[in-house]
Amino acid sequence: MSTATVSPASTWDRVRTFTPPGRYLPLIATLALFIGLFGVGGMRYDGLSDPQVLISLLIDNAFLIVLGVGMTFVILTGGIDLSVGSVVALSTMIAAKTLQMGWSPYLSIAAVLLTGTVLGLLMGLLIHYFDIQPFIATLAGLFLARGLTYLISVESISINDPTFTSLAFKTVYLGDYYVRWTAIIALATVAVAAFVLARTRFGRTVYAIGGNESSAMLMGLRVAFTKVGVYVISGFCAALAGLLFALYILSGNSLHAIGMELDAIAAVVIGGTLLTGGRGYVVGSLLGVLVLGIIKTLISFDGTLSSYWIRIITGVLLLAFVVVQRFATRRRS
Amino acid sequence: MTETTTRVQRVLRHPLLWPVLALVVLVLVNVVARPSFLDVRMQDGHLYGNVIDILRNSAPVMLVALGMTLVIATRGIDLSVGAIAAIAGAVACTRIVGAGDEAALTTAVMAVTYALVVCIVLGAWNGLLVSVLGIQPIIATLILMVAGRGISMAVTDGQITTVNNPFFSDLASGFVLTLPLAFLIALAVLAFTAVLTRRTALGMLIEAVGINPEASRLAGVRARTIIWTVYAFSGLCAGMAGLVIAANTNSVNANSLGLWIELDAILAVVIGGTSLAGGRFSLAGTFVGAIFIATLARTIPNIGIPSEINYLFKAIVVIAVCLLQSPRARAVFRVRRTPRPPAAGPAPTAEPAPATAGVRA
Repeated sequence: MSTATVSPASTWDRVRTFTPPGRYLPLIATLALFIGLFGVGGMRYDGLSDPQVLISLLIDNAFLIVLGVGMTFVILTGGIDLSVGSVVALSTMIAAKTLQMGWSPYLSIAAVLLTGTVLGLLMGLLIHYFDIQPFIATLAGLFLARGLTYLISVESISINDPTFTSLAFKTVYLGDYYVRWTAIIALATVAVAAFVLARTRFGRTVYAIGGNESSAMLMGLRVAFTKVGVYVISGFCAALAGLLFALYILSGNSLHAIGMELDAIAAVVIGGTLLTGGRGYVVGSLLGVLVLGIIKTLISFDGTLSSYWIRIITGVLLLAFVVVQRFATRRRS
Repeated sequence: MTETTTRVQRVLRHPLLWPVLALVVLVLVNVVARPSFLDVRMQDGHLYGNVIDILRNSAPVMLVALGMTLVIATRGIDLSVGAIAAIAGAVACTRIVGAGDEAALTTAVMAVTYALVVCIVLGAWNGLLVSVLGIQPIIATLILMVAGRGISMAVTDGQITTVNNPFFSDLASGFVLTLPLAFLIALAVLAFTAVLTRRTALGMLIEAVGINPEASRLAGVRARTIIWTVYAFSGLCAGMAGLVIAANTNSVNANSLGLWIELDAILAVVIGGTSLAGGRFSLAGTFVGAIFIATLARTIPNIGIPSEINYLFKAIVVIAVCLLQSPRARAVFRVRRTPRPPAAGPAPTAEPAPATAGVRA
């Protein structure tokens, strides 16, 4: 394009005429929303402009970030995973129970991750090989995981294994600020997932299935492997999120994480991923979680608003994003 | 001779065969575990017993499931019913507490009416998102599912509101003609829905919209109005269920009222043989499904398992029902079971064909 113009465009011209590709618009909208909320909050409440608040946002929502990553994979293929909240509860319970029984923490972590992955695999197989709708198959997963949690123990079990608790409170100092390991794990998950989606054959197949499953099949892509794979990833992520949640809350309880799947879905949608599949980014889900987190922080900073406003505002944001998505896709088609 | 075979075949092919059979098996398990399970006795002019309890406890799920049946028949789904139930309970309870005479009949009637109107409006909101804006049902109703419990808490100001109105609590614990009032309400709604959908063209129109909204619109069916009505009706049913649940405890807890009732209702609908792909529905099946879920909830403590493990059994039921309904799973099992008779084909192959068509449509 620049070859056609007589004089090469100045840097300013290039900045001025720059329009981001359409596929990044939802991401930019979410980022703008986050910055806007943070800016408004920073102006109204003194303590909020502290960068440590931003880092705490990552620490407090580490489990939700990981959950959002897994959910993004599933939603990109046009599916949905309702079981993640229950899998989180199951993971905290398995961790707490095995540690109480005196297992090595590493063995316990492995058991948790394996359970989540196997549950995801089972749901994926049901969905792909028996043509059961993702919604209903993961509903079975929701009941199954919650039932297993109750089967292990009806009462809450606290975690006081020294290795586990030291892991929970282990911090990394960056100058004056500190980060917990859980946040670093969450960010690493996002990075790995972003790489997989953007740069690997598996990731591109995920997008292809979300765009049109029949076309993906006719193109000879590995639809079965990928479709089962996304539920395996979601199950693994839910188990990992469960571990992070256990580290955060240091107990296993069958009443943990009720409705957390809704938060994860909301974060993914607010992050700009199309619920019909095929479009979206993991980074968007990260931003979506941060938006939900900053709303929570703002409400707790304010002090006069009750916590139930979080749910109402989440619903309103969800509505706004869904309606905008709807009109955006309608115009294109 | 031929007449008996056709009758047997008709029974064998009847869509309600499997749900009823499952229910019978469940009841038999109970009777084996505790022979007195089916005993019903008369006391203070009411019937008492496990069976009566099951009927009473099935009312909320049955109400929600009736609305859900019609929604699913239009190829939709309503995830917000639990939240709407919580809102109904919250609105009614705060109205009763705020009224001048808390225990009066008029207070209860006004509060219930008010709550139900709110629920119809909420249902219509879902219908608006689905039919006018064209948002996928699962997402459109997810919005209210997320926000609804917050709204319900905003109504009760985050408190557990306790009410003291005998007429309101009769909704759950009252008896009319020796039967629980809650069950009779559910039965009345079932009868009303059945007459409205099966004695008029409405049921066929709903199924037409479920099979192909665009084609039915071109054929002159007001698909948009029907979808809208169906969601408003689902909201109304959810509201009634919420009122029954709130009346049962005489209080409303916005966090727990009707928690996961949407999943139970969907389960009841699916057990009843209504296809999640839309296009056909069975109200009688939903009735059996709701009774099945209530019986399951009663069975588990009855055979000596902690009631929390209910979820595990529900998971097994969901998977079993889905596998039974899945054409692909049927094909797999059929091939395994009967590899030899290709000639005796017509009877077994004719039966799954509509199911396949229904799911693919």
